[in-house]
Amino acid sequence: MKASAFSYIRPTTIDDALALLAQYGEQAKVLSGGQSLMPALNLRLSAPEWLVDIGGLSDLRTIAVSRGLLRIGALARHVDVLKSADVAEHAPLLADAMVHVAHPAIRNKGTMGGNLAHADPASEMPACMIALDAVIVVRSRAGERRLQARDFFIGIYETALAAEELLVAVEIPVANQNSVRFFHEYARRNGDYAIVGLAASATLDGGSFADLRLGFFAVGDRPLLATAARHLIGRPVTAAMLAEAQAALEAELDPQEDQQAPVAMRKHLARQLLALCVATLLGRADLEARRSA
Amino acid sequence: MNDGVEQTRGLSVLDRPNSYIGKTVPRPNLDRLMQGRGLYVSDMTLPRMVHVVFLRSPHAHAKILNIDSVAAKAMPGVIAVVTGRELADVITPWIGVLTHLKGLKSAPQHAIAIDRVCWQGEAVAAIVATSRALAEDAAEQMSVDYEELTPVTNMRTALDAETPVIHPDLGDNLAFERNLDAGAIDKAFADSDEVVEAEFVFGRHTGVTLEPRAVLADWNAGEARLTIYQGTQAPHMVQNISAKHLGLEEAQVRVVCKDVGGSFGIKVHIYADEMATYALSKLLRRPVKFVADRVESFSTDIHARDHVCKGRIGVNKDGTITGFEIDDLTGIGPYSMYPRTSAIEANQVVNLVGGPYTTPNYRARTRVVFQNKNVTCQYRGVGHPIACSITEVLVDLAARAIGMDPIEIRRRNLVADDAYPCASPSGMKFEALSHHASIDRLLSIMDYDALRAEQAELRKQGIYRGIGIASFVEVTNPAAAFYGVGGARISSQDGVTVRLDATGSVVCQTSITEQGQGSESLTAQIVGSVLGVSMSRVRVILGDTDNTPYGGGTWASRGAGIGGEAALQSAKALRKNILDVAAAILQAKPGDLDIVENSVVDLVGGQQRIEMHELARIVYFRPDTLPPGFQAELMATRHFVPREYPFAFTNGVQASWLEVDPNTGFITLLKHWVVEDCGTIINPQLVDEQIRGGVVQGLGAALYEHCIYDERGQLTNANMADYLVPMSGEMPDISIGHVVSPTMESELGAKGAGEAGTAGAAACVANAVNDALAPFGATVTEIPLTPRLILTALGTI
Ligand SMILES: Cc1cc2nc3c(=O)[nH]c(=O)nc-3n(C[C@H](O)[C@H](O)[C@H](O)COP(=O)(O)OP(=O)(O)OC[C@H]3O[C@@H](n4cnc5c(N)ncnc54)[C@H](O)[C@@H]3O)c2cc1C
Repeated sequence: MKASAFSYIRPTTIDDALALLAQYGEQAKVLSGGQSLMPALNLRLSAPEWLVDIGGLSDLRTIAVSRGLLRIGALARHVDVLKSADVAEHAPLLADAMVHVAHPAIRNKGTMGGNLAHADPASEMPACMIALDAVIVVRSRAGERRLQARDFFIGIYETALAAEELLVAVEIPVANQNSVRFFHEYARRNGDYAIVGLAASATLDGGSFADLRLGFFAVGDRPLLATAARHLIGRPVTAAMLAEAQAALEAELDPQEDQQAPVAMRKHLARQLLALCVATLLGRADLEARRSA
Repeated sequence: MNDGVEQTRGLSVLDRPNSYIGKTVPRPNLDRLMQGRGLYVSDMTLPRMVHVVFLRSPHAHAKILNIDSVAAKAMPGVIAVVTGRELADVITPWIGVLTHLKGLKSAPQHAIAIDRVCWQGEAVAAIVATSRALAEDAAEQMSVDYEELTPVTNMRTALDAETPVIHPDLGDNLAFERNLDAGAIDKAFADSDEVVEAEFVFGRHTGVTLEPRAVLADWNAGEARLTIYQGTQAPHMVQNISAKHLGLEEAQVRVVCKDVGGSFGIKVHIYADEMATYALSKLLRRPVKFVADRVESFSTDIHARDHVCKGRIGVNKDGTITGFEIDDLTGIGPYSMYPRTSAIEANQVVNLVGGPYTTPNYRARTRVVFQNKNVTCQYRGVGHPIACSITEVLVDLAARAIGMDPIEIRRRNLVADDAYPCASPSGMKFEALSHHASIDRLLSIMDYDALRAEQAELRKQGIYRGIGIASFVEVTNPAAAFYGVGGARISSQDGVTVRLDATGSVVCQTSITEQGQGSESLTAQIVGSVLGVSMSRVRVILGDTDNTPYGGGTWASRGAGIGGEAALQSAKALRKNILDVAAAILQAKPGDLDIVENSVVDLVGGQQRIEMHELARIVYFRPDTLPPGFQAELMATRHFVPREYPFAFTNGVQASWLEVDPNTGFITLLKHWVVEDCGTIINPQLVDEQIRGGVVQGLGAALYEHCIYDERGQLTNANMADYLVPMSGEMPDISIGHVVSPTMESELGAKGAGEAGTAGAAACVANAVNDALAPFGATVTEIPLTPRLILTALGTI
């Protein structure tokens, strides 16, 4: 379990990094926190000729708010996000979710950019990004592209990033007064990737949802912004509406079977999560429908 | 061997002033390990050392048609590429059988496969290079032509006529069968008010040591001697077997075992790739290192369990258990492991089912079959978790069938504490157990009645919690009955040498080994206490066949009970010798003197007479001043093996309190209790650590750990992301209580404690889950207890 030989380079400016990516293209891999890339190299699942270590691009580590947007640099580590006052105030969903991402040692190294670029369909952050309607900012020598989060994730470990592009930041509209959020996942152990999870962001209008964005993860090849939410918006939620939403959700899910869960179990757990989310956000225990003997 | 001094004082040799026995004292090796100054095989580098990587079969069963290593040999840093056929000139094959397991058969196994591979992960070639990375680069250039054969993967059909026979010379896929029929089970069941049955499934899992298996073999052609540095539990066994198959005298092999990062039974066997490494060193005449990586650890470290067992229990309305019957089946991989064999676990299941209970009626059958998966063998708790789960889940099902509380049915059927010595229906001899005292202690520490009330209250709120109880017996301190009588050259006795040095400090060499259990600590505690010397002055040497007495090592919960007694007896002998010297110097009678806190003192009054360092100075540098004809002997050796009982059985009881979410199938462990009886407790913290660690491994098996093979014989989760080990976040608090019934076989009175936790953990969790699910009428008898299994049992999916 040793990586194949590679050449290593550590640029000190973003321009240099982009020049290297332009030069080496598919032969290079960006090294950020290394928490997914290093295991892949050691297992020889990936054998790039060049590793471009972006750890020296300290400009990319900042977390800041301006003009209604929370901007998190690609190199912000998971622990930075977890401890950031700006995140706690303007996108608390991320902090809620981050405690479920791996373990402290990994959160000390893993980065937001690496996590999103890695695009594991069972990963928490991508689902949060679609729930929060984030924009993902990528850059190459040719310039900057700004992508809606839901357009960024395109498959298992697959994103809209081109080989010569660097993910530089995410931008998230700051939460308003009526924003509420929900995060829950079912994982076998603390820190494991989830069997099924849900990151949701909503705007309340009295006892109803004015807006509800449901970001499911580990239910398909990429995070899913569930359209089933439409059944729950604009009116006080009834058990019948919830059941309709659950049925709609099941129809739009396309989960994989794996060692943890068959398809039916993932669908069942996703329905459970939807009920739990709605009941929690509206403070309506009656909607939770817990099974009893 | 009794020392008259202690007898007149009416005190045991351990019950002395400043005794360390029964005290929590820090491990002597703690600072060294905590400062990162341990010495593991991976840390070692020798001049001209090279690294071996094994090319492993991607197929579960295939003929090897051709191995092309031309390209690999041309790669940078490559020293040699060696096939099984080439290595067979250096090392002979072996067959893992023992004569006392009648009928056990297996096929010859080679260090590296020669013309056929029998499991995915079996080595087909060795690539030796100047670094592991270069050897892995070269391994990618190897090209092997295989002709795939039908793999035998389902143990349930392994004996069917249509299933291919893995080793045609053996005639069939049955490695071993044992039948036992005690009492009159058919009549007992016919006369019972209820007979309850269930089928139990125990998933395959493995030990996952933090440090993988690691070997550095150094053949020194100049002295025609092989030094093996290895993380092993049994250095003398490795010495014997490596010598035998390399065609050497035992004296030509030295095995050195420095620090070991966990073993749990994984490192007590002889692995083909380790044998290959020894042979490669001899072939290449230079040091060769092999360190298993995590993927090959999963596919080649022994696996364990993997049983399917039908069980029946008879019970009368008054709670009397009338009998047990089991029909057990296990798949062990393509070979019986060497030299301890892969039939021991099944044999233990037969020995132990029903063990805590009085019923004389017991029928058992076990069948051990070959399959094309990795080999299985003895891992912590050998057979116990299986036997305990079958027994205890059946007892709970019987209790439910007659509407009796699980504690009450146990009280009515557990062997009474004053009924010893006695024997179980399978012939196990029990010296002194304490099932009832243990249950009493358990009920008081867990507050059973309050917990039942809480459970009932929560159920009304739709919260489903369960209480599970599991009584167990545990085999410890094995004498020759395990292996020696079956012809294996595995020592069941251990020895300790103690020596008083010229400055009054003590060097102690023991044949037991240390892999984290605290062998070093307990040896120093015993020696220090018996000698009257501070522990800080006792230096313990372990793990070196050139420099310790001959012995078995550390496995099967034997280190403290057997090695500890040898330490006690050797320290007693040295103490006597020291007092003889002191008496000669002081012109006193030895019986009037004692040793306390590094000084010889008057037995009566405690007046200090001579310090140990002064005594030692005289012995070593001024022996001319001692009386004529007096020869001081400041070194003593004693050995010990239990003779009366083949095993020192211990016992205990565990309880689990957990919650099952019927919506999701997730189980949350809330609390765990263990009461166990390991006889004399030398170091309470070490015992409790052993229990807790054992429980955690048992909980791993109960909820998480599973080597998942597909129908092609591919291990599909050979990594730490997909093979789930128990982690601290999910572990409950584990409270521990003790009952102390020392064994009379030794002066120390210690029995083993290393496997008690693993023995009962899964059983009580299974009972607690079934208790929680009782309102839904669902029962689960399979581990690991995954959410998927629970949701299936509930009919949700
Ligand atoms: C034991 C363990 C448990 C884990 N559990 C979880 C979990 O529960 N949930 C979860 O979400 N994650 C989990 N992770 C992954 C972890 O959270 C990391 O976030 C993740 O590995 C990626 O971040 P990184 O900075 O380490 O990226 P790296 O490993 O350095 O890179 C990952 C990939 O992204 C690319 N990349 C990195 N940065 C950029 C960039 N700025 N622009 C373009 N491409 C880039 C790399 O080339 C590589 O392909 C776990 C990891 C471990 C080891």
